[in-house]
Amino acid sequence: MRLVVTSTPHTRSKDTIEQTMREVLLALAPATIMAVYYFGLRALLIILLTMAASVAFEWLYQKITKQTITALDGSAAVTGVLLAFNLPVSSPFWMPIVGSFFAIVIAKQLFGGLGQNFLNPALAARAFLMAAYTPLMASRFTAPARNLFSLSVDAVSVATPLTQMRESPFIPAAGDILNAFLGNTAGCLGETCALALIIGGVYLLIRRIITWHIPVVYTATVFLLSVFLGRSGLMTGNGLFEIFSGGVMMGAFFMVTDYATSPVNDLGKIIMALGCGVLTVVIRFYGGYPEGVSYSILLMNLFVPLLDKYCAPRVFGVKKKGGAQNA
Amino acid sequence: MNAGKIMRNGIFEENPIFIQVIGMCPTLAVTTSATNGVGMGISATIVLICSNIVISLIRRLVPDKVRIPCYIVVISTFVTMIQFLLQAFFPALNNSLGIFIPLIVVNCIILARAEAFASKNSPAAAALDGVAMGLGFTLALLIIGCIRELLGAGSVFGLTLLPSFFPRTIIMILPPGAFLTLGLLMAFLNVMQRRRGVTNAKTNQDPSCDGCAKSAGCADCGQ
Repeated sequence: MRLVVTSTPHTRSKDTIEQTMREVLLALAPATIMAVYYFGLRALLIILLTMAASVAFEWLYQKITKQTITALDGSAAVTGVLLAFNLPVSSPFWMPIVGSFFAIVIAKQLFGGLGQNFLNPALAARAFLMAAYTPLMASRFTAPARNLFSLSVDAVSVATPLTQMRESPFIPAAGDILNAFLGNTAGCLGETCALALIIGGVYLLIRRIITWHIPVVYTATVFLLSVFLGRSGLMTGNGLFEIFSGGVMMGAFFMVTDYATSPVNDLGKIIMALGCGVLTVVIRFYGGYPEGVSYSILLMNLFVPLLDKYCAPRVFGVKKKGGAQNA
Repeated sequence: MNAGKIMRNGIFEENPIFIQVIGMCPTLAVTTSATNGVGMGISATIVLICSNIVISLIRRLVPDKVRIPCYIVVISTFVTMIQFLLQAFFPALNNSLGIFIPLIVVNCIILARAEAFASKNSPAAAALDGVAMGLGFTLALLIIGCIRELLGAGSVFGLTLLPSFFPRTIIMILPPGAFLTLGLLMAFLNVMQRRRGVTNAKTNQDPSCDGCAKSAGCADCGQ
């Protein structure tokens, strides 16, 4: 008999970064198509520009710091698409480039690159752009023009459903909920069409890129807490409207689930999703902004190392602390 | 310790902001514009020079156990004087620096130099140390203030430099911008220093230091 002595790991997954990122990009395709359908070719242009800029900054940074070039592994492209999904269609074209720089160089590469970043790069860049160019980011939403070939921006800006809700809480009619579900509302490029995001998310679940814990717990928390706390008193909220509006679906499937910035095991994931859900509703209902998805995720990103530490499963063969002596 | 070394220490080798990382509170808070940064830097420098001289003069009279309260009394005397001067002659600067002028009393740099240098050296050396550290502090605030004001407001010392179509990155004159600027500047200086350190190590012919694990941060090298 031949004994082979090697150090761990003994089994290796066949997954590669490139494959996983390709699947995520594929899952983002329905939302991209809907963004172009609603907001026209300008939306496509912004998405492609952000993607290209993200990849270019990653390549440049790795070139300058003389690292192995991994800019084409798809992770920068995914960050680019997600960042573009967080921008309004009226963004001037320099904004995606500045955002990509912040996402890739400041939030990702300076902390060590893929897997080492402690904040979701796309959301960190969104928060940066929000604070840096508030008027361009927060108050220039336009209603979906559905004019494919229009590259110009509709001069009339309208409030997003969540902003309207914030200014004067109303009881959403069935039509409002349907519009939110289909994406026929003002908002950031990729966040409006809940249906397309769910299709992409379910694809990721089937391909086992993500597990059910985060999307289900996050959405359920936002739903239940919105219903319970309500916009105008206890139990007056409309859960369906709240989860289909704004960035909840995008956050649930594509943002909170980011490998580098979410806990490794299931209990940790559930706690993280719960925290994100609570913070989202609290910011929406009581905070200074109409939408709280991005800040809730960024805040919970900071707890991930702690969650990983305290939710680590018992190592096989090691006794539980305080457990029975002869267990 | 000779004069050249004291000056080099204060401005470059032991720069209070970039190397010692003390006095962060005024550094981060008042550098929203170049004018504020320099105003803060000069105010703190004057206090630092005066307090260093006085503390050096009284260093043999002050009992060890109550030295910190004594230093604070000396420092706050000069801070009060500076504040009155600012109120009288630079009311605009005084308004924009606000609470951070009285807070110079508890500025780490001033207390640290009192404790680490002035209380152990002659008044002349202490005065020079105050000048050097103050210059290092002012220089750092000037650099941070210029970068933040240029990116955030498009101007330097109130003079508009960027054309109006150039976007103003408001975050740079908000608190996060201070952390971003300081962090990136320190990273840049560390990279520079590391590069210089590499070349120094190559030219260093002293064999006794090469194998020493502490050689990077060792002040007693060559012993």
